[in-house]
Amino acid sequence: MLGSAVIVFREVLEASLIIGILMAALRGIPRRLTFGGGGVLLGVAGACVVAVFADTLFMAFEGSGQEVFNAAVLSTAVVMLGWHTVWMARHGRELATKARALGDKVHGGEATLWAVLIAIAVAVLREGSEVVLFLGGIIAGSSGDAASTLAGGAVGLGAGMVAGGLLYAGLVRIPMSYFWTATNLLIILLAAGLGAQAVGFLAQAGLVTQGSTTLWDTAAWLPEAGAVGTLLHTLIGYMERPSHVQGLVYAAIVAALILAGQVVQRRAPQSAASPTG
Amino acid sequence: MSSTRRVFMMTVAVATLGIGMVRRALADDPVRVKLTLKDHRFTPDELRVPAGQPIEITVDNQDDKPEEFESKALKVEKVISGNRSATVKVAPLKAGRYPFEGEYNSKTARGVLIAE
Repeated sequence: MLGSAVIVFREVLEASLIIGILMAALRGIPRRLTFGGGGVLLGVAGACVVAVFADTLFMAFEGSGQEVFNAAVLSTAVVMLGWHTVWMARHGRELATKARALGDKVHGGEATLWAVLIAIAVAVLREGSEVVLFLGGIIAGSSGDAASTLAGGAVGLGAGMVAGGLLYAGLVRIPMSYFWTATNLLIILLAAGLGAQAVGFLAQAGLVTQGSTTLWDTAAWLPEAGAVGTLLHTLIGYMERPSHVQGLVYAAIVAALILAGQVVQRRAPQSAASPTG
Repeated sequence: MSSTRRVFMMTVAVATLGIGMVRRALADDPVRVKLTLKDHRFTPDELRVPAGQPIEITVDNQDDKPEEFESKALKVEKVISGNRSATVKVAPLKAGRYPFEGEYNSKTARGVLIAE
């Protein structure tokens, strides 16, 4: 039971933390919970579909279907998170002033809500399909331990959701003056980490062979499978042995998103600037 | 005019990169190794491969349940359904020990790949 709890927890954690960050980052935008919840439901439904058709999907692309699927899903998340951070750079201050005036419609908020919905849906889809495959395999195998495995799975799911909730609770306590910068930076690092993971899958499929040498090896100091390593991996994309190309993609995404944020911020209409900020 | 030129240059750059990748992928013939997973154990649980050459690991899951073949050291993770086999590609390795495991049954499904 403990075994399945740990496995499900690890799978759920990434999606849960992404949801926690995004829900915090959408503070002040009406209907964020509707869109967040919609993303989760869509992701769960998608995960079940993927699990059912797993064998067909995995055999696609000469047996590399799973890697291509993961890379595509992760890339989609990167684009959506990237879009959101750029939108935030433009509207962050506007939000800061309106945050307390509930129900006040923030201009263009709809667009980023859709981006967030998709980001959440794909995060749940990716991790969720593995959970469904794992638990489904246990039930189909029916070696008598199905009930305890499912109970463990439920515990793992609950613990994963608590982790996301704790992150949310922590983030919304950040003082308003740092809040947008902090959450935006976190989302940028998160996106970069997912991008580096996508490259990893492409390498595993043999589709990216360049820059495969190891950039650094910190496996002995900070193992990625440990508690701290797992958390850092999930939040900011820490890897114990990234390849050069993964490091390059990570740096490129961070640089591109910060730059894009700066550009739109400078072009933002003056009226959007807070009088106090 | 200048933006058209920029797009053209970028297309050329991407195409060059793409052709380079494909050519390299074709040039290196990988070392193929095979693992069998039965009763949540790998056979063999110790593999030896030459260092500095790309590797292709095929895992034949003979159990009824799915397993996730995972190794942080080898930078691979792949779910393999019950009674299916799957292949992962690993870039050339430096000499050393690279542990791997079946994440769903990591107490018994463990092994190590040794590059030398």
